[in-house]
Formats: sequence, C-alpha cells, structure tokens
Amino acid sequence: MWKLLKIELFKIFRRPRTYIAFAAIAAIIFLIQLAFYSDGEAFLQFGMQSLKETFDINGKILSGYMVCFIILQTLLIHVPLLIALVAGDTIAGEANMGTLRLLVTKPISRSQFMWTKFTATVIYTLLLLIFMAVLSLVVSIAVFGTSDLIIMKSDMVVILDNGDILWRYFAAFGFAAVAMITVASLAFLLSVFAENSIGPIVATMSIVILFTILTTMDIPLFNALKPFLFTNHMLNWKGFFEDPVNYKEIFKSLFVLVGHIIVFVFLAIVIFKKKDILS
Amino acid sequence: MSTLKTYDLTWVKDSDFLYFIKHTLAIFVCKNCMPAIIKVQNLSKQFGDIKAVNDLSFAVEKGEIYGFLGQNGAGKSTTIRMLLTLIAPTEGKIEILGMDLRKHRKEILTQTGAIIEKPDLYKYLTAMENLRLFAAMSGVKIQDKKYAEQLELVGLKERMHSKVKTFSQGMKQRLGLAIALIHDPQLIILDEPTNGLDPQGIADVRNLILHLSRDLGKTIFVSSHLLSEIEQIADSMLIIDKGKKMAEGKVSSLFDPADTIVELQTTNNTAAIEVIRQSQWKNALRENSNELIFLNIHKKEIPLLAKDLVSHNIGILSLYARHSLEDYFLTLTTSNRHVETFKN
Repeated sequence: MWKLLKIELFKIFRRPRTYIAFAAIAAIIFLIQLAFYSDGEAFLQFGMQSLKETFDINGKILSGYMVCFIILQTLLIHVPLLIALVAGDTIAGEANMGTLRLLVTKPISRSQFMWTKFTATVIYTLLLLIFMAVLSLVVSIAVFGTSDLIIMKSDMVVILDNGDILWRYFAAFGFAAVAMITVASLAFLLSVFAENSIGPIVATMSIVILFTILTTMDIPLFNALKPFLFTNHMLNWKGFFEDPVNYKEIFKSLFVLVGHIIVFVFLAIVIFKKKDILS
Repeated sequence: MSTLKTYDLTWVKDSDFLYFIKHTLAIFVCKNCMPAIIKVQNLSKQFGDIKAVNDLSFAVEKGEIYGFLGQNGAGKSTTIRMLLTLIAPTEGKIEILGMDLRKHRKEILTQTGAIIEKPDLYKYLTAMENLRLFAAMSGVKIQDKKYAEQLELVGLKERMHSKVKTFSQGMKQRLGLAIALIHDPQLIILDEPTNGLDPQGIADVRNLILHLSRDLGKTIFVSSHLLSEIEQIADSMLIIDKGKKMAEGKVSSLFDPADTIVELQTTNNTAAIEVIRQSQWKNALRENSNELIFLNIHKKEIPLLAKDLVSHNIGILSLYARHSLEDYFLTLTTSNRHVETFKN
C-alpha cells in the first residue's frame, strides 16, 4: 500500500496542474494580506463604525488573527473548487490519458487501487490546507502580530482573548480538513463515472453550489433536507470562534460530514470494482 | 496434440494447497504435454443489445505465438480486455497459466505483460520514470540495471530521460513494450502492437516478438487486423468476426493448398462457366461476374483447369491463384456479406 501510495503521490506532485491550487491560494492570501497591510486600519474603522457608537474600543484590533479569520471566511468557500480540480481528475484523468487500462492490468486489486487513489487525494487536500494555514495564520501573525480577536456577528459580538485563540485555529483547520475531504470524496466518486476530468469537476461544483443554495434558502420544503446536506455543515468551523464553543453542534456536523465521506468512498469502490474499463 | 483437458482435474477445488497438488499431479501425469497457457471456454460479452464476443473458445499453448485476427470491431479488444480483467465476461470461463482468472487474478497478472491498443503513458514523466512506475506496480522486484537494459532492448536508451510528450507514436509503442516486458512475464498479450508504426518500426516489433518467443520461450498472444502481420510470426491463429470464431488452428494447416482461390478471366466467360459446370470442378465455382470467374480448387489442379478450358477453345486472358492467408482471412470475414456460391 505504501509503495502504491508513493507512486500516486509522485504522479500527483509531478503534474503542473497540481500546483495551480497552491498558486491560487498563495495569490489570494498575499493580496488580502497586502490590502490589510496598506489599508487595513481604515477598513476596520469603517467596519466597526456602528460598534464604536455603542462601545469604547481601545487597543490593537488589526492583528494576524483577524486577517486569518477574514482569509478563512473568503477562501473556504472557494477551496472546494481547487480540491475538485485534483480529486475529480483521480480516476477520470487516468481514463482520459489511457493509463487506467494499464494500471488495472497490474496485479493490484481494484479495491487497493481505489484506496490508494483516495488516500493520495486526502493527502493532497491536507497539504493544501496546511499550506493555507501556514500562509494565512503564520505569515499573518508574523506580519501583523497578535491581539484579542473581535468577531462581529449579525446579533452579537464575540471577543476572544489573545491567549485563547490559537487552539481555535488549529481546531478550525482540522474541521475544514474534514469538510474539504467530503468535497474530495464526492469528486472522487463522480470521477469513477467519467472518462474526462472536466465532467466530475463541474459536476462536483454544481452539486456544492446547488446544495449551498438549498442550505441558504429559508423555504419550509428545503428546511427538512438541510440537516442532511453536507454543505449545511461545511462552514461550521466557525463554531470554534464562539464563546462558549457549542461542541454538540460541531460534532453533529463532523458526524454528517464523515458519514458522507464513508458513503461516497464506499460507492466509488463498489462501482469501480464492477466497472468495465473501456477507455 | 494432447492437452491438460485429457487429464481433467477441475474437480479439485482451487484452495492454495489443493491448487499445488492439482498442478503437480497434472505435470506428473502429463509431463510431455504442452500445457495450455490460455484456455478460454464459451466466452461471451454482451453490451446492451450487442454481443461483442459470442461463445468464443480457444487455447494457447506454452511458448507459441498465437495470432488473434479480426477486422476492426470484430471483438478482439473486448476479448483481450476480458483476458486482462478490464472487462467482466457475461458468460464463460478463462484459465491462464492453469489458474482460474477470477480466483487467481493477482498471480496471473504478475506473470502477464500487456499492451492494450496504443500504449498511453504519463506524458509529463520521462521514459525511465514511466518504466519504473509501472514496474513498481508489477509485484516483482526488479534490479536497477534491468531498467536501462530494457530500454536498450527497445531502442530507447538514449532517450530514457526525455519526457514521453516528446516521443513519436512509435517510440511510445516501444516504451509500452518495455513496460510490458520489464517484470519478465511468462505471457505477453499485445493488442495491435504495430498500430501507428512506420515500416521499420513494424519490422522491429516483429523481430522483438520472434526473439521473445524463440529465444526466451515467452508465450505471446498478439492481435491484429492485418493478417499479413500475423502470417509472418504466428504459430497458431484464431480468426473472429462479429465476436464469433471463424477459424482456429496452426498457421501451416490453416493454409491448405486445397483451398486455393483462382481468379479467372477468359475470352468467353459464359462458355467457360458452362465448361466448368460440366467438369470435375462443377462444385468449385464460387462466384462470377461479367469480368471474372472465381473457383476454389486445389493448387495442383490449376494446370488441368487451364488445359481443359483451352481444349474447348476458350482463351485465358488472366489467371491469378491466391495462396496467401490474407485471402483466406478475407474469405472468412466477408463470407456472410459478399461471397455467393454457385454450387448446384
């Protein structure tokens, strides 16, 4: 398994396409950091105008924690697309290149082949998130320093103490990893059906967008569906930035996401095992 | 020639221990037999309403080059994909190296090398990287020096560090062969290995196949839609059309001089046909047209036929006797469509 995994990772990281996601994330984070570096104070003053009418706020507000929170809010909606670029290509890309038929004639069971592919996809997803964490958190802290974190919500303001923030980011990135692996699993499943990676990539994003719309629409017909839609749980990493943290809600979301991963991967393996390779 | 079928031990269940006993017994009982490396029984594959392979049975002996012939769409690739577990048969049984393919897939594929249609490889990797990558998946430990040797064997040593995207189709084909051979398999399955190659490339592949079989004792199952290719290298051959077996046997026996096709043009075809109908060759008439008469006779009868026609004052404008297997192949594969018989 380890030998096969090394081969898969070698293939993934020798492809130029793999680095598109890393480059895109680096570019977006850099631009946000640059914007805050040059004009961040003015932006925050404007954003907290209504709050300052009621409260007297002293001390440093613009910090690495604040910038990282804003980056995460912006990026974690778009990262699924970048994940789908690689995960959707996992099987369909091999079929498209014509290498799938050669791989399947090797003395490796199809289940083992699929597990290796999925594990490689998970490693890629995790590396992308670690890369994102380093750039958005470590670099932001290095540039902007640390302070208490003020999070404005529609009906309340949460103020987190400087010493009580870092662990929340680790937890949030861990949760985001599970959410992104859910998207990767969906793209992986769809990849089994296609012989061109565009299909599963577009289909994955269409499903994510459709489910997100259903999640945000407050229509009774769809409300019954919401608890079962993975998109309804993907952004619950924000739960770690509440005080106190609602662990019950977070674990419920994790349970739903992990359930989706298991179902998607199980279906992908079962379908692939029975599939005639005609590419 | 006797085969393992004579000493049928299929009643023994295929657990590992009994499998060993079974094959030891088979070797002991039949030590002079040529074991079937591939044994296919009643193989069929249905895609919706289309029966791509229809009740196909054949056996490939150890060490032989077995030609698998058919026109495009005849079912060759589907059969090969079933032999390589890419496609599941709808019906039938496949045994390779004496083992049931469904039960011993891993063991069989460890001893099998293959090219399926054109060898598509990772274009962004070098020849050496592609070779190492697929070799690592073959389940066999390979010494480092073997990689360079294998690339030298297929004439790619100078380009081992070039990316595959810079390769011509012929070079990719040769690299595909190197990948198929790197783990020293007993059985090599090649699906149209000369597709897209120039004449020199075709000759190189042909020589390589002959070398693998004659010098290294490999069993080679090679498909083609060009009989001329197979004719030059194969010991045995199978011709299929619309998924069905049309002919199978040793190349030497399939080419029977008694089945020589004579294409005849005379000064008076109507009279010539009348003469033939009154002669010993009345059943040999296959078809005719205003221009040509076709007969299926023994090669040695041709002078007699010519003499008979001339004795009836019928001049012979042209007479072509076609003895190549190409004609045999065309006759078989087009028999349902074009050839009408004129047997009385």
